[in-house]
Amino acid sequence: MLVLPQKREFNFFIFIILIIFIISLRTPSFLDINNFMDILNDTAILSMVAIGQLMIIVTGGIDLSVDASLALTGMSVALLNQHYPEIPIFIIILISITMGLLLGSINGLLVSQAKIPPIITTLGTMSIYRGLVFVICKGTWVSAHEMTEAFREFPRRSFLGISNLIFIAILIIVLFLIFLSLTKTGREIYGVGGNKTAAQYVGINLNKINYLVFTLCGGITGLAGFLWVARYAAAQSETAIGFNLQTIAACVIGGVSITGGSGTVIGVVLGAFFIGIVYDSLTMINVSPFWQMAIQGFIILFAIIINTIMDKRNQQLLLRKRSFNE
Amino acid sequence: MNNCILEMKGIKKYFYGVKALDGVDFKIKTGEVHALIGENGAGKSTLVKILAGVYQPNAGTIILNDKPVQFPSPQISQQAGISAIHQEATMFPELSVTENIFIGHHIRNKSNGLLSWREMKDKTQALLNRLELDIHPDTKVKNLSVAQRHMVEVAKALSLNAKIVIMDEPTSALTLKEVEYLYKIIRKLKSENKAVIFISHKFEEIFEIADYFTVLRDGKYIGEGKMADVTMDEIIQMVIGRNLEHMYPKIEAEQGNTILKVKNLNKIGFFKDISFELHQGEILGFFGLVGAGRTEVMQTIFGIEALTSGEVFINGKKVNIANPSEAMNYGLAYIPEDRQLQGTILKMNIKENVTLSIINKISRYFFLNKEKELKITEQYGKQIEIKASSWHQLVEDLSGGNQQKVVLAKWIATKPRILIMDEPTKGIDVATKATVHNIISELAKQGIAIILVSSELPEILGMSNNIIVMHEGAITTKFTRDKANSENIIKAAIGSILS
Repeated sequence: MLVLPQKREFNFFIFIILIIFIISLRTPSFLDINNFMDILNDTAILSMVAIGQLMIIVTGGIDLSVDASLALTGMSVALLNQHYPEIPIFIIILISITMGLLLGSINGLLVSQAKIPPIITTLGTMSIYRGLVFVICKGTWVSAHEMTEAFREFPRRSFLGISNLIFIAILIIVLFLIFLSLTKTGREIYGVGGNKTAAQYVGINLNKINYLVFTLCGGITGLAGFLWVARYAAAQSETAIGFNLQTIAACVIGGVSITGGSGTVIGVVLGAFFIGIVYDSLTMINVSPFWQMAIQGFIILFAIIINTIMDKRNQQLLLRKRSFNE
Repeated sequence: MNNCILEMKGIKKYFYGVKALDGVDFKIKTGEVHALIGENGAGKSTLVKILAGVYQPNAGTIILNDKPVQFPSPQISQQAGISAIHQEATMFPELSVTENIFIGHHIRNKSNGLLSWREMKDKTQALLNRLELDIHPDTKVKNLSVAQRHMVEVAKALSLNAKIVIMDEPTSALTLKEVEYLYKIIRKLKSENKAVIFISHKFEEIFEIADYFTVLRDGKYIGEGKMADVTMDEIIQMVIGRNLEHMYPKIEAEQGNTILKVKNLNKIGFFKDISFELHQGEILGFFGLVGAGRTEVMQTIFGIEALTSGEVFINGKKVNIANPSEAMNYGLAYIPEDRQLQGTILKMNIKENVTLSIINKISRYFFLNKEKELKITEQYGKQIEIKASSWHQLVEDLSGGNQQKVVLAKWIATKPRILIMDEPTKGIDVATKATVHNIISELAKQGIAIILVSSELPEILGMSNNIIVMHEGAITTKFTRDKANSENIIKAAIGSILS
């Protein structure tokens, strides 16, 4: 009853444990509970948005605009908070989600109705959304003292030692874990990505699915926008630049097929967590900041190569087994 | 000892234990046009692919110019003077004729190592002149007609200094005039002492152009000879010649009311004036050559393609089917021809594939009912005898025959009243074929109306109650089972009789 894709995630999990072990040999404080909570807080937003990215990549698309729409919603709610501090926080959250859904649905409409390839669509909207950030903030920042305390402190506030940020990330993970593996729409998403023609022939509406994944990803990204500016207590025009590539990296490291059709929520969360560990450990073991970026890239590539090799080996084993059976 | 340029002896090839070629002999002389004849699945393409270095034989020898050779890769086969022109032209549409001809063997300027386009263009012009083609070397290939593309492939073969040119169904997409043109080129090759291997389903063409023939059937060598010494009937005998009764269980099903009626269906450029009726429990065979328009008719009925004009009636009521999901609501199911491209989702497991067509039935509100999913998969998987270690096995890890069974299960699970099957046994082994035939008969017995589109004559003859033959987008003839035989069906399919 053991299914292969799950085995893959298990392998990756072991790999992560191994990495943690190696790092902690050099830096015992890495295993400190507080440091661990820091890593979790740092990866919470990445795993959420990477799940949105996952759904799009599974259908064979890609969303390059996530960082820009995150910045745009983040800046919008920060400005809202600055000028109307009386608006309660849960309304702010609703607004950020709604705005994200809207931005995502624009991508979705362009892809499913205007039939523009996702990479082109989101390259365009990435510039537009980022440009709008400049327009609404007129080049200025919203900094910590301009935000209300409720706004600023929301991600940090914790219950039983778990911060709101981690709690929300877990909520999103569980929600989409259920959505992708237990609902019929989730199944249809994998169907469309696995074989568009076959999916169409069984009556699945391709346009609807394409529209849906972009919109859902937008919703998550919008929520992440609020969490981001609140956590870093700053909304800037450059907020989260380059974050889109991190979400894609988390997917690829987590075993999501870039051509669509396969990938799991668990894999992506592990992928995001792995990136978090790499970032954190490089700082912990005092790698020069000048080197950090290059080393990060190297480690990410290394993880992907390991993944690919393990995949190939699994397939060869399977092929051998199959020709033996027949 | 002999003047054969190429000899293949005792060639065997297995795919996952299925014999595609079982000891095939083949030889060809220079200056000869040699027709390789056989039904779909007889092993022609496999043989040719071995020659082109695409597949490696499991046994047998290849002798080229009296020396034993091996072709571990297409490049090596090309260097040995073998050029294959495939059914679907394998060209680069955005590149020019010159670039297409010299791709992979560019000419470099000796002094600076850069590409010498001037020289390549001159050589292309010379080749085009030699073939008397009125094409400019700078023309992009996407702007050429299908026939012209084939000619460019021939020019490429000449540029590689090919001694043996393989043409795999070169005429299937050509108009009559273009075919004439191709003949001219083939005769030209012949006059230049090249050996041409010509694969075609169209017997008239073979008689027109070939000097010699080899017949294959079920991966076995059947016979060879000079074209001048045989009649078309004799060739057809050799191609079919098997006992039909075994493979095709005749279960006489009671035919009921008309369930599907198609009236004057047209789609410009694909088919015209298609009218027929289908009854409950009937198996209606659709025969024709590749490109006769059968698949397009079926896809139009199922709502995948839009029709230009015409009417479709289901149970006497006129319907307008705009997409597959509406078609499924009317009780239609369509099993597409290409299971890998259109039928299965390879990265999903068996159970997910089987239930994808009935996803609404296995879910409550939004949630999938995994128990029901497994139960339904088990029910149909057992009925159709899918062989797998578990229902959780990925479809990409199944054999071709089992993949096809998954597609069958998926569509039968929708409980259709009208089942359209497009080449349901294409490329699967004989044992699975017999199982599939049994299932088809069984379904008809249950009162399901079945349309069986097939290019395999024995299958059409063995399974159908009534047979419709199409040729170039039109219905040429309708037969009842007792009136049909291989000869009159083939004649109708190649368009040599019109009733």
